[in-house]
Amino acid sequence: MQTAKEIISFQDVAKNYRGGNDAVENINITINEGEFVCLIGTSGSGKTTTMRMINRMIEPSRGKIIFKGKNLKTFDPVKLRRTIGYVIQNNGLMPHMTIKDNITLVPKLLKWSQDKMDRKATELIKLADLPESYLERYPAELSGGQQQRIGVVRALAADQDIILMDEPFGALDPITRDDLQDLVKHLQEELGKTIIFVTHDMDEALKLATHIVIMDSGHIIQDDTPDNILQHPASDFVKELLGEERLLQAQQNTLSVSDIMSKNPAKITLGQSLAEAIREMSLKHVDTLLVTDDNNKLKGFIDLETINDRYSKYSNVSDIYQPNRFKVKTTSYLRDTSERILKQGYKYVPVIDNDNNLIGIVTRASLVNIIYDAIWGSEELDNPEGIKLPDSIAKESDNA
Amino acid sequence: MITFLNQHGSELIIKTWEQIYISAFAIILGIIVAVPLGILLTRYDKTAKYVMSITGMLQTIPSLALLALMIPIFGIGKVPAIVALFIYSLLPILRNTYIGMKKVNKNLLDAARGLGMTTMQSIFKVEIPMSMPIIMSGIRLSTVYVISWSTLASYIGAGGLGDFIFNGLNLYNPSLIIGGTIPVTILAILADYLLGIFEKKVTPKTKRSEV
Repeated sequence: MQTAKEIISFQDVAKNYRGGNDAVENINITINEGEFVCLIGTSGSGKTTTMRMINRMIEPSRGKIIFKGKNLKTFDPVKLRRTIGYVIQNNGLMPHMTIKDNITLVPKLLKWSQDKMDRKATELIKLADLPESYLERYPAELSGGQQQRIGVVRALAADQDIILMDEPFGALDPITRDDLQDLVKHLQEELGKTIIFVTHDMDEALKLATHIVIMDSGHIIQDDTPDNILQHPASDFVKELLGEERLLQAQQNTLSVSDIMSKNPAKITLGQSLAEAIREMSLKHVDTLLVTDDNNKLKGFIDLETINDRYSKYSNVSDIYQPNRFKVKTTSYLRDTSERILKQGYKYVPVIDNDNNLIGIVTRASLVNIIYDAIWGSEELDNPEGIKLPDSIAKESDNA
Repeated sequence: MITFLNQHGSELIIKTWEQIYISAFAIILGIIVAVPLGILLTRYDKTAKYVMSITGMLQTIPSLALLALMIPIFGIGKVPAIVALFIYSLLPILRNTYIGMKKVNKNLLDAARGLGMTTMQSIFKVEIPMSMPIIMSGIRLSTVYVISWSTLASYIGAGGLGDFIFNGLNLYNPSLIIGGTIPVTILAILADYLLGIFEKKVTPKTKRSEV
C-alpha cells in the first residue's frame, strides 16, 4: 500500500447549511487508488454528506478536496459525475427505460456509438451474472436484488475507476446482500476500482473495506484499516459500534501469548528431589510442575501420577520428568494456542522465550478468563458472586 | 331530428367547427404556457405558491363575467373568447404539471444528477416522462372544461354551438337548445377519448407486457 497513488484527499473540509450547525467539520481523509473505503456512522453522522462532496453533489463550505492531483473545484460538475460511478440505496434505475438503456445511460450522455454501447451492455450484464435476455426488460420486471446488480454495474458503464456507493444494500435481504457484497468486492479486487462506500452496518464494513472511516456527528472519530480499528478502537463510541463480540474475536485473533500468561508457573529444577517436588505441589495446589535446569531452561514436566508410580524406585526429578510435547513462544498469537488447549485437551502450555527460558504458562483458566472478561466482564461488577455461566460459554470456548 | 338537420345542417357544421377552433386554440395556448411554467415553478418553490394561488383566483371568476371583462380589452369576437378560455385552461394544466414533476421519485432525480445528467437532461429524460400521466390528466380535464365553457363564448360574439343554445333560449325553441347541447357533449367526450389514447402513447412503458 505504500506505493499506492493518492486519488482523493479531503483537506480540512467542512460543510454547514444555512442557519444550522456544521454538518461535517475537520474532514481530512486521504484515499488511495484501489482502496475500498467504508464511511461508517449512525444516521446524521455526515458520512453521506462527505461522500457526496466527491462528485460535487454537495459543495464544501470550507477547505478543499484534491481529486487526481487537482482541486476538485476546477472540474466541471456534470463531466466529473460522468467519470465517477454512483450507486444509491434504492437502485435509482429509471423505470421507463429498459435495462440496456439504464446500463448505457452514462455512455449515451457521453455520446458513444450504438455499437459500443451494445457491447458494453452485454459485457456488463454478464458481469452482473444475469442472462442477456434481461437487457430488453424493464426494471419492474426484475427482483430487488437483480435491480441492484444492474445499479452496481451501471456505475461501471463508462469505465469509471472510482465508484461512490450510498448504503447500496441497505434494503436487501441478507442472502442477496451477501451476493452483492461479493460482486463489489470483486470490482475492487479484480478490476482495481476505487470504491467509496457509505454504510451503517459494521459487518458489511469489516467484510469489504480495506480502509474504514468512522464518523459521528460530523467528525471523523477514527480513520484506519479494519485490523487496526479492531485492535485499537479510538474511543468508547468506536467500541460500541464494533460491539463486544467483535472486539473479543479480534482480541483473540491478535493477543499474543505473553498478554495472558501467568508469570510464575509452578516449577522445579532438575537437581531437586521428588520429596521437594511433592512439597512444592501441595504448597501451590497443583498436580504438575514444570521442570527446568539451573539456568531456567525448560526441560519438561513432572506430574503427581508419575511420582506416585515411581516414588519407590527413584528419588530425583531428573530421573522421571517427561519432555513437553507442546510449548509456545511469548510472541505467538493466542488464537493458535487457545485452539490447542481447548480442542486438543491440553491442560496448560508452557511459555518460553527464544532461548528456551521458561517465562510463564497459559492454562485453561487464563483462557476462560479472557473470554469471560470480554463477554460478561461488565456483569461481573454488578453481580460479583454466584454467576451462572450460560450454556453458550462452552460453545464459545470451542470456537475460540 | 331530420327536420332539424335539414334546417340547420350546414350551420351546425360551421358552428361545430367554430367551437373546435376556439377550444383548441385556447387549450393549445394553455399547454404552451402552463406546462413550461409548471416545470419552471418546480425550480422555484416559493414563487410557485404565489403563482398557484393567482391562477386559482382566476379560476374562481364566473365564466360569464370573465368573458364580459374581456370586451373592454379585446372587443368582441373570437379573440376575447380564446383569451378567457385560455385563462381557465391554465390552472388544471399548471397544477398537474407542477404536482407531477414534484412527485417524481427523489431517488431517480438523485441518480440522474449523480450519473451526470444536466438539469435539462434530467427534465426531458426523466422528470417529464415520469410525470406524463399526471400532466396529461390535467390537459384532459382542461379540455373538457374549455369545450363546454366555450358555448358561453357566443355571448361575446365568438360564434360556436353556443349560438344555437342561446337562440333556442331566446326563441323558446327546445330543439335548438338540444341541437346545440348534444354536439358540445359529443365533442367533449370525443376529445377526452382521443386524448386518452394520446396519453397512452406518450406515457413511457415500464413493462414489456404493456406492448
